[in-house]
Amino acid sequence: MKTETFSYLPALTEEKIEKQIQYFLNNDWVVGIEYTSQPDPALAFWDWWRLPLFNMQSVDEITAEIEACKLKNPDSYIRLTSYDNARQTQVMSFVVHRPEG
Amino acid sequence: MSEIKENSANDNGKEKALFDAGVKDYSAAGRYYYDIGYKPTETQVLAAFRITPQEGVSFEEAAAAVAAESSFSTWTTVWSDYLVDASRYSARTYEMKPIPGHPDQMMAYIAYPLDLFEEGSLPNLMSSIVGNVFGFKPLRALRLEDIYFPPALLKTFQGPPHGIQVERDKLDKYGRPLLGATMKPKLGLSAKNYGRLVYEALRGGLDFTKDDENITSQPFMRWRDRFEFVMHAVKQAEAETGERKGHYLNVTAGDMEEMYRRAELAKELGSRIIMVDYLVAGFTAFASLSKWCRENGMLLHAHRAMHSVMDRQQNHGVHWRVWAKWCRIIGADHLHNGTVVGKLEGDRTSTLGINEMMRTTGTAKTEDCHGHHFDQPWLSMPAMFPVASGGIHVWHMPELVSIFGDDAILQFGGGTVGHPWGSAAGATANRVALEAVVQARNEGRNLHAEGVDILKSAARHSGELQAAMETWKGITFEYESVDALEKPTA
Repeated sequence: MKTETFSYLPALTEEKIEKQIQYFLNNDWVVGIEYTSQPDPALAFWDWWRLPLFNMQSVDEITAEIEACKLKNPDSYIRLTSYDNARQTQVMSFVVHRPEG
Repeated sequence: MSEIKENSANDNGKEKALFDAGVKDYSAAGRYYYDIGYKPTETQVLAAFRITPQEGVSFEEAAAAVAAESSFSTWTTVWSDYLVDASRYSARTYEMKPIPGHPDQMMAYIAYPLDLFEEGSLPNLMSSIVGNVFGFKPLRALRLEDIYFPPALLKTFQGPPHGIQVERDKLDKYGRPLLGATMKPKLGLSAKNYGRLVYEALRGGLDFTKDDENITSQPFMRWRDRFEFVMHAVKQAEAETGERKGHYLNVTAGDMEEMYRRAELAKELGSRIIMVDYLVAGFTAFASLSKWCRENGMLLHAHRAMHSVMDRQQNHGVHWRVWAKWCRIIGADHLHNGTVVGKLEGDRTSTLGINEMMRTTGTAKTEDCHGHHFDQPWLSMPAMFPVASGGIHVWHMPELVSIFGDDAILQFGGGTVGHPWGSAAGATANRVALEAVVQARNEGRNLHAEGVDILKSAARHSGELQAAMETWKGITFEYESVDALEKPTA
C-alpha cells in the first residue's frame, strides 16, 4: 500500500519530517494535517485535523499538532499537506504516520 | 459588337489611368509595410521573423515584403485596394535587429492589426502569418521565431482543458514531478502483452504510462483491444498500490469521427487521460479534441511528432517556441518539450525558456524566458505540464529535478523497461530516485554538488535503484545542438 509522495522511501524520521515542515514554512505555505482510516485512491477528501494551521509559524507547534492527531487517531493514516495561497493551489502532501503493523 | 457596353473611351490606349497601377516597392514611402519606429497598439499581434533575403534584395524590402504578403497586399497594386483603408489592414515592420554572427540575416518585428484575424481560429492566423509568405521568392529563407498574442485575441481561446493545478487535484499528486514511461518496443506487441507492460510499470511506482506516437490501430494491435487491456492494467495497478494512475491512450486517427469514437471508449472504460499527436492531426482536429476533453473531464496529452520537420533549421520554418505557444493557446494539459540532458535535440537555454512559457500561470509574463522576443501575459489561461522524454535514466534525476522543478512530467521509457529486473523494478528505481532527490532538495541540499551522494544513499534502501545505477552508469548524450541560441556579442 503506497501513499504518493515519499512513500517509496523509508519512513521519515522525526528529524526528516521537521526539515520538510521548515521548507514549507520558508515558502510561506499553509500547513495542514489530514487523516483517514480507509485510504483509497477513490477517496478525494481525508478528514481534517482541525483547520489548516493558518497561524502556525513554527516547526514545534506543527509537530505538536501531528502528535495530538496521532494520539486521537492511532489507527489512521496521517498526512501533512501544504497550500500556496499565492498560487491558490495545494503544493504538497505526504504521509507522516501509518497504523501499527 | 453592339452587345458590348461602351463603358470606356478606348482611345487607342491613351486613356488616363484612374489609379496608380503597377508594381511598387513594398517598402515604398506612402505604404505602411516598412515603418521603423511605429509603436504597435495594445491589441496588435506581434511577430519576430528571421529574414534571409536573396542576393540583391535589401533587408528593408524583404521585411516589408513579409509584412505585406502576410497581411494585406499582393504583388501589384489593384484598383480594389482603393475600396479599403490600407492603414487599417497593413502589417507594419516596426523594428529591425541584426543577428550576431549572421550578417546575411536580420530579425524583423512586425505588428498585425487585430482585425486581420478571426476570433478563436488558429488556422486562420496561421494562413496569414505562416502561409504563402514562406515561399516568397525574394526571400532565401524565413523563420518565425516568436509571436505575441494580445489579451484581446488570447481571450478568444480557452487553452488547456484543465491545466496543472486541476490535474494535480484530479490525480492527488503533489510536491514532486510526475513520472511516466513510454511502452517499448514501439510497434508489434499484442494487446495483452502491451497491457502487461503497462501494469508492470504502473504497479512499480510510475504515475503514467504512454502510447507511442505511432501506435494507433495497426493489424498487430487494434485500438479497442489495446484500450481494454490497458485499462484493466491501470485499474489493477491502482487497486494494488492505492495510488491514482493513468495511461495516455493515443486517439490519433485518420479522421475526426474516428478520434471521437476512440476518445468516447477511453472515457467509458474509466481512463483519466487521452493523447493526440497534435501537429500531425492538425490544429483544427486538435482544437476539437481539446474541447471534447474539457466537456468530458478528460486530461489531454499532446505529443509533438513532426515538429522537427518544421523547427529544426535555424534559418527557415517556425521555431519550436511558437508551436509550443500555439499548443497552450489551443489547449493540451501535457506537452513534450526537450529533456536538456537526454537523446533528443534541444538547446538548453531555449528549452528552459519554453518550459517556463508553457507553465507560467496567472498574469505571469515570459519576458525572463531565454530566447523569447516578447513579453506574453497569460491572463487566466491554465498551464501545461512540460514532458521531458527521451534517453533519460536514474543518474539524470538530480539534474532533471533541479532544471524542471516540480511541475513537469519526467518520462523514462528505456530507463524503465530496460531495467535488468524488468519494468516494475525499473519504475521503482525511478520513483525512489525521484523522491530521494525531492526530499533532499526540500532539506536545502545542493542537487548539483550532492546529487551522486543522494542517489547512492537512496540506493542503500533500494536494490532496484542500485541495479539501475549499475546498468546506466556513465551513459550520456553529448552532442552540439543544431539550433542553439545565438551567443550575444560581448
